[in-house]
Amino acid sequence: MSENVEYGGYYARWHRPRVSRLWWLRRRSYLVFVLRELSCVFVAWFVVFLLLLVHAVSSGEREYQRFLDLSANPWMLALNVVALCFVLFHTITWFALTPQAIVVRLRGRRVPGRAILVLSYLAWAAVSAVMAWVILG
Amino acid sequence: MADRIVMQVTRYRPDHDKAPTTQDYEIPLRKDWAVLDGLNHIKDHMDGTLSYRWSCRMGICGSCGMNVNGEPKLTCGTFLTDYAPGPVRIEPLSNFPVVRDLVVEIGDFMDKLPTVKPWLIRADGEPPPDAEYLQTPAELEDYKQYSMCINCMLCYSACPIYGLDPDFLGPAAIALAQRYNLDSRDHGDHERLDALAAAEGGVWSCTYVGECTKVCPKHVDPAGAIQRYKVTAVNQSIKALLMPWGKR
Repeated sequence: MSENVEYGGYYARWHRPRVSRLWWLRRRSYLVFVLRELSCVFVAWFVVFLLLLVHAVSSGEREYQRFLDLSANPWMLALNVVALCFVLFHTITWFALTPQAIVVRLRGRRVPGRAILVLSYLAWAAVSAVMAWVILG
Repeated sequence: MADRIVMQVTRYRPDHDKAPTTQDYEIPLRKDWAVLDGLNHIKDHMDGTLSYRWSCRMGICGSCGMNVNGEPKLTCGTFLTDYAPGPVRIEPLSNFPVVRDLVVEIGDFMDKLPTVKPWLIRADGEPPPDAEYLQTPAELEDYKQYSMCINCMLCYSACPIYGLDPDFLGPAAIALAQRYNLDSRDHGDHERLDALAAAEGGVWSCTYVGECTKVCPKHVDPAGAIQRYKVTAVNQSIKALLMPWGKR
């Protein structure tokens, strides 16, 4: 008898199919989901990278120069490009899901999902603009 | 259009099969035939031993859910011509034990559903009304979408989290809880909180794959219901933290 066969309360026995380890390749939406979950690793990497930068800045010019050299290293550049792609993917897919989770009512009417999506992007652009002003200004 | 199509149907006879197998049936391809009509043709004219569930044939009873070419579908509303020239693969719903052929065991859902108390709960001591509870159209609109669920289990079949984590309440049970939480006549949201926000199997098990909403034949949007409840659960936790003396 197959080991997948179990005895149940109401039936002589049943077959319980096992979830394949490659279940996430079965559908595009599953793959997108797994990539979105994976993207959190790269979000965390950007946080670490930022902390390293802050540490380098606070440790004097020599440390800062060393950090800049490290950042200009081809493998570090490649890592950061991949990380940026994943972070953008994370942000865009996350925003796409926002209207489903946030229900806002104005004067008794539900604000359309598209408006929430547009507001999310506007907020992102505003925060990015402030960051750019702080860094470049 | 070809006048015949092959249906590749999963067979599992627990008395003598170790594992499910596939059996091919060539049936007439008719323009107005749903996949369920094809199965009925097999059952009536070709092989009376084939087992599957069905009842209303009009997308209301939620009995005839199966995987059609790998996608969870109500077979009464899925037309064979959309899969021409075939073959079309018919399998039992995923993530459930198979009892026989295309029949799955949904006892797990039936056990979990009452834990979220999907019925109207009124505040203590309030006498039953002499007439119906009144509700405005706007209040009805708040939960109506979630009340359309027919328990067809397609969302459970599409949800990889349910397949991987058997403790997960699952999309339909949570959507049905929200159906009552958002009902203006209901006062029972605090009674549903423990089951819905449980660390094991509650809404936090959901990682928002979103596939449940895509496959729902009644446009219930269980994924939306779960994410909305996450927001509610966070608000409740913050309230409980800031005002521990307050009523839950």
